[in-house]
Amino acid sequence: MSQRIEAKDLNIYYGSFLAVAGVTMSIEPRSVTALIGPSGCGKSTFLRTLNRMHEVIPGARVEGTVDIDGVDLYAPGVDPVAVRRQVGMVFQRPNPFPTMSIAENVLAGVRLNNRRINKSDAADLVEQSLRAANLWNEVKDRLDRPGSGLSGGQQQRLCIARAVAVRPRVLLMDEPCSALDPISTLAIEDLVAELKSSYTIIIVTHNMQQAARVSDRTGFFNLEEAGQPGRLVEIDDTATIFSTPGKQATEDYISGRFG
Amino acid sequence: MAATDTTATGTAPPVGTSEDLQAALSRVDPVRKRKDRAMRLVVYLAFTLAMVPLVSLVWSVLSRGSGRLDAYFLLHSMRNVFGGMDAGGAYHAILGTLLVTGWAALISVPIGLMVAVYLVEYGTGKLARAVTFLVDVMTGIPSIVAGLFAFALFYLAVGPQKAGIIGSVALAVLMTPVVVRSSEEMLRLVPNELREASYALGVPKWLTIIKVVLRTAVAGLTTGVMIAVARVIGETAPLIITVGMTASINRDVFHENMMTLPVFVYDQYGRGLTSCAPGAVDCVPTINFDRAWAAALTLIIIVMLLNLVARAVSRWFAPKVRG
Repeated sequence: MSQRIEAKDLNIYYGSFLAVAGVTMSIEPRSVTALIGPSGCGKSTFLRTLNRMHEVIPGARVEGTVDIDGVDLYAPGVDPVAVRRQVGMVFQRPNPFPTMSIAENVLAGVRLNNRRINKSDAADLVEQSLRAANLWNEVKDRLDRPGSGLSGGQQQRLCIARAVAVRPRVLLMDEPCSALDPISTLAIEDLVAELKSSYTIIIVTHNMQQAARVSDRTGFFNLEEAGQPGRLVEIDDTATIFSTPGKQATEDYISGRFG
Repeated sequence: MAATDTTATGTAPPVGTSEDLQAALSRVDPVRKRKDRAMRLVVYLAFTLAMVPLVSLVWSVLSRGSGRLDAYFLLHSMRNVFGGMDAGGAYHAILGTLLVTGWAALISVPIGLMVAVYLVEYGTGKLARAVTFLVDVMTGIPSIVAGLFAFALFYLAVGPQKAGIIGSVALAVLMTPVVVRSSEEMLRLVPNELREASYALGVPKWLTIIKVVLRTAVAGLTTGVMIAVARVIGETAPLIITVGMTASINRDVFHENMMTLPVFVYDQYGRGLTSCAPGAVDCVPTINFDRAWAAALTLIIIVMLLNLVARAVSRWFAPKVRG
């Protein structure tokens, strides 16, 4: 259930403002790719183009192509809604649906789409998804309690379970730990390491140690100055990026000289 | 502020011993204290002033209306009641008010809700601004104008007649802008993160709106609808024009006059005192006033009950934070 992703000459706009320019990168299946870079450099914006969430914002548009296993997500006739079922997403702040219980949150992708699912299938899906998100043991006795009653870290894992329950091919994570304490962060990082055996994962993070810990490859985004579009400076194996990066800017950033 | 040391230069903290600090911290500014007391007094006075009409209203309606308000009053119409007869009730008017207001809500809630959804989820640019402006203008329409509008509308369509549904249309004209504004506000309160969470699960926009946005906001929406209902349930003028009066029960909103509670109050009170023949039994000179007060109390109770129902609904649907 994991696929190779190729982005080619991607220009991302908000209205007439070019936010990210000329991104070309390829992402290996069943691996974790981390995107790092200073604030405002467009890494989250880029991430959101990979499941066509970018265009939800009025006036936002994209040029270029994103291929998943050779199929261009931006080809005419491709339904953005269908894309999002293949490419799941976890957000910066945990956002379980406040009107739903824990189990209902996991089933949200099914139920909100008006798809019918019988009771035992639903129970199986809830258990599998929560197990996949390492949350089952903590919540199995209170599946009918509100999802918003959980701690922040648990809520974030619930959101991961919710994303996994749709059975996507790719999982995008937009700074999934930035609102969490170190222990919860560790739990999420362990989870990412487990999930990569079945999913292609792309994770945006501000935390370089985190990128170094969880990812196989790391991409560094930067912008020359405010008002200029962000660009992908380089992408390489994580070990290479953090030891002998190809570009001076990358080295400056990871050694803490700016950003 | 350390008022003791004004000689400090720039933004550097004043230098001083701990006694100085002690003095600076324990000194109470007498002017500030006076101002605080004065403002507190003003706020309490304003509150009391605002409570006076409210309490006095509730008291006068309760004291004058409760005497007549009994099961007989609630369950009988004014059919074959005349003079100072110690009989008659508001059943026909209660029924009329519930029917006319219910139909008004049935018309205005879907329209108002959909306009609000348009404004929050779809509307951009000129059209949305124009709609918002028109809704604001509509909020200020005098109720009598709404009544005349509904009457004229039906006059042109089906000729001169009175019926409950015409009154419902008039009330709907008054209700819709209130529903739009309150629903709009409630929908804007739904965090964008929830919409995005839903989109990211591959849920189309229309299902996201119905199952996430409206569902999350439903408690607030109910309250908004109740406010709108309370706004129109006491309307009298447009109903006199469009629905008229009757002494009998009429359950058919599409034909013939109906009585409604506000019009009933107006009508009864307007009849004034009745003269009783000397020695007549079963004759109350103040019967019309008594009925008017009892009907007014009934109206207040209905609004209160509707509010309680709305609260229950809100509580039932409200997002639950703790398990």
